[in-house]
Amino acid sequence: MTGVTYADVEVGTEIPVVDYQVTRLSLIKYCGASGDFNVIHWNERIAKSVGLPDVIAHGMFTMAEAGRFVTDWAGPRAIVLEFGVRFSSPLVVPDDDIGGTINVSGQIEEKLDGNRVALALTARSAGTKVLTRARAVVRLP
Amino acid sequence: MAINPDFIGKTFPPSAPYEISRVKLAEFADAIGDPNPLYRDQAVAVGAGFPDVIAPPTFPIVISMASSGQAMADPDLNLNYAMVVHGEQRFEYERPLHAGDVVTAQVTISDIREIGRNSVMTTSTTISTVAGEHVCTAHATLVERGGAA
Repeated sequence: MTGVTYADVEVGTEIPVVDYQVTRLSLIKYCGASGDFNVIHWNERIAKSVGLPDVIAHGMFTMAEAGRFVTDWAGPRAIVLEFGVRFSSPLVVPDDDIGGTINVSGQIEEKLDGNRVALALTARSAGTKVLTRARAVVRLP
Repeated sequence: MAINPDFIGKTFPPSAPYEISRVKLAEFADAIGDPNPLYRDQAVAVGAGFPDVIAPPTFPIVISMASSGQAMADPDLNLNYAMVVHGEQRFEYERPLHAGDVVTAQVTISDIREIGRNSVMTTSTTISTVAGEHVCTAHATLVERGGAA
């Protein structure tokens, strides 16, 4: 964990993509850890009965991976001040050993006062945007 | 059957105090697959200037859901949870939550609207320590698919 400093960053700089895996086991663990046991995240029969193609990931799991991207980039001395996303498309997680992949990338959108930096984030899965309007504001050392 | 618009503007009572433990933070970090030592190694967290291990940025959802669960389950709200997908989520932080924090969450339903065939509800949840320090506000948009059909 190295991280960046405010002086290091320049508006427009791209942060390279990182891939995060999500399997049925990830969702079951996330159900338990988060307390969100909505059946569409673990029961294929009910997910399909309510019109979904299959079990889908918790939006908050996808958001958590985008958060991981931000904190890994920013480093241990950074503080996240704001973090918001829109969930634009469900992330289907098939019942195999591969699951789905979330590809997160970012760009420095703005340098603000008080050592704050705004990041625009992109999250895709199989080419489809799963998050839009994803943005974080962090305070850098 | 749409979500009941009578709930617009309703603020629910604060939740019972929730004590954030190191074990819970490590469990949550494991569940999201994040090996960051700030979430599980006290020495690293203290070395980085925090009082104890801190929470990942999306952890406040656990506290806000525990509190909003009561609101969502109100039969008069008429929310069909199996049809609910998360539309948007946003957090504003005063500081990271850390192990040892004892917090309560208070949910307000800010809006309920019909958009096309869907029912859309937005909520704001303020998370504060029992000593009254505001730590985080979580804004959520939940979409009940077909809720307005």
